[in-house]
Amino acid sequence: MRYLSDLNIGDEAKVLGFEAERCKDIEFARDLEDRLLEIGFEEGLDVKILHEGPVSRDPIAVRIGQMTIALRRMEADAVKIS
Amino acid sequence: MNIMPEMTKEIKIALVGSPNSGKSSLFNALTGSRQKVANYPGVTVERRSGKYTTKNDQNIVLIDLPGIYSLKDRTLDERVSREVITGVHTSESRPDILLCVADSTNLRVHLRLVLELKHLGLPVILALNMHDMAERDGIDIDPEILSRELGIPVVTTIAVRSGSLDGLKTQLSNSITDLIPPKDAVQAPTTRELQKQARTLAKTAIISEGIHHKVTRELDKILLHPVLGIIIFFITLFGMFQLVYFWAETPMSLIEQGFLALRGIISGLLPDNWLRSLLVHGVIAGVGSVLVFLPQILILFTFILILEATGYMARAAFIMDRLMALVGLNGRAFIPLMSSFACAIPGIMATRTIEHHRDRLTTIMIAPLMTCSARIPVYALLIGAVVPNNPVIFGLFGLQGLVLFGLYLAGIISALIVAAVLKMTLTKGAAQPFLMELPKYQLPVLKHLLINLWERARIFLKRAGTIILYSAIGLWVLAQYPKKPLGATEPDIYYSYAGTLGRALQYIFEPLGFNWEMSIALIPGMAAREVAIGALGTVYALQGSEDQIAQGMRTVIQNSWSLPTAFAFLAWYVFAPQCLATLATVRRETNSWGWTSFMTIYLFALAYLAAFIVNNVAIALLG
Repeated sequence: MRYLSDLNIGDEAKVLGFEAERCKDIEFARDLEDRLLEIGFEEGLDVKILHEGPVSRDPIAVRIGQMTIALRRMEADAVKIS
Repeated sequence: MNIMPEMTKEIKIALVGSPNSGKSSLFNALTGSRQKVANYPGVTVERRSGKYTTKNDQNIVLIDLPGIYSLKDRTLDERVSREVITGVHTSESRPDILLCVADSTNLRVHLRLVLELKHLGLPVILALNMHDMAERDGIDIDPEILSRELGIPVVTTIAVRSGSLDGLKTQLSNSITDLIPPKDAVQAPTTRELQKQARTLAKTAIISEGIHHKVTRELDKILLHPVLGIIIFFITLFGMFQLVYFWAETPMSLIEQGFLALRGIISGLLPDNWLRSLLVHGVIAGVGSVLVFLPQILILFTFILILEATGYMARAAFIMDRLMALVGLNGRAFIPLMSSFACAIPGIMATRTIEHHRDRLTTIMIAPLMTCSARIPVYALLIGAVVPNNPVIFGLFGLQGLVLFGLYLAGIISALIVAAVLKMTLTKGAAQPFLMELPKYQLPVLKHLLINLWERARIFLKRAGTIILYSAIGLWVLAQYPKKPLGATEPDIYYSYAGTLGRALQYIFEPLGFNWEMSIALIPGMAAREVAIGALGTVYALQGSEDQIAQGMRTVIQNSWSLPTAFAFLAWYVFAPQCLATLATVRRETNSWGWTSFMTIYLFALAYLAAFIVNNVAIALLG
């Protein structure tokens, strides 16, 4: 299984689902799936890594649908991709 | 006189929408300058309200609810919005109509919020905003299909162009005429279920999907480039601060001269009595020393508002996020903290761009540790007096410059430590996701910029006119009364309340190496940091212009302060919250006396500790 956090700049994939449990912080994981859905992540959509942060290549900016979303790799870790 | 003509109840419309939907622009376009920004009682959530007159001359109250993605109770913004919309908020009455603003270029996502809002029992109007951008990107939406499927009126708008609002204005009038009474809210389905409905709906109403905004795509390639992006970011910051100082110079000296002239006029008009002293040394000196920062604050805010309006602020947060995350902060905290180097007041006000309550509080708490420009006169005087300007490090730097740099660094490092400690204790809580949309780049609208700038200026001036004025008068009373007894030899202030207090404080300050003159000067110096120099001048009974006093002070410091004392005083100023205007701003922005007191106490404690260590280490080293 691959996750959005594994991708490098320029990589493209399709969103398969969410696995918020992968976050160690339980409090943080509780809302994460809803938050990802609300900002525009959705099963079946194409994602592409557009940019990476200058330090430790974190956070990342991805294109999903018509939007560019910035998120930390820690959060991207909850997004399952093909 | 209380007989009122029969009056229809004032209609209240709430604007709801996700961040980046252009909701605030639409609010600005409808209300213009007839708006007010305040806080909801007890929380840091901003309450923007304004007046709008409909086509048939009916007055409407518009409130701009915070930008939200959903109406769960996860964030303060969501809770307040939910409470207001469902009519259970303690101070805000339930609106009559919801105007939901959605970004047309991103309808699929924004429709989910519309569907959620429909469950809350109020009539909803949907405004498809940024219609022009959607068209340019090849997105084609059929508002009629959308309206039929949703069962609510749908209009298209371009908030940045006032001519495009006719459809919305007509719809508002119609909805008010046929006002549907509110119903009780019902439980909305889960996010997942809502999203499924939104997807189906989007499929029927969106005729063509369009492409990702091209200008944004191309600009981001440069502005978010791992190397170029950082260079551009720092050049932007550097340019911003250069201009803050450069452009502010002339208006600042004009304001200073203005106050000087005012002093001259008052001194000429009034005999040398208490009233003249109150006006000249209390009101004008106190309020003047704070008002002089207005140009810097306005210029800084112009830049911040432009960064925000163009969409660059989110990119700045992206670039700085990783570094800020090291101390548990969000990338959005960077710009407010940078601004605090000019003055903590605009910095603290700029924390409004930080969405998360706890992150915002942490940022506010550490903002005063950034060395503001009011500290420069104090630093310059002391360093000039006690540090020889020997070349150091192979003659590349002067020792004075190095000490100044060290003081800045001391502030930054302690800010990072304090932030990390706070995040582990008082502002502890579940980590907040960074997750954020990078909005499309847009040109700022001058009118909206001016409205927001005026609002900031108004808040600052109001504060200068109230709390700063009162404290200036209070400090003047402390420094002037009681009067010097006949035949006494010490300067006047020695016998005043401030003097008595200062001499009492001397016992507390003795371990820091402070003498009684310094202890006394710290009290009027509460008004603003640089006032301490003038106060020291008063204690040492120096006369003359500002420059002459500074020159005299240099001699006094060289002759009567020991080196450890001078260094301890510098260390004190790195931390001490010697600025009532900042404390007043913190009170307003946090909406809490608790946090304001906490900040005051922790900064004084740090200042004391630092000065104590510096004094004792210096004594040990210098013998």
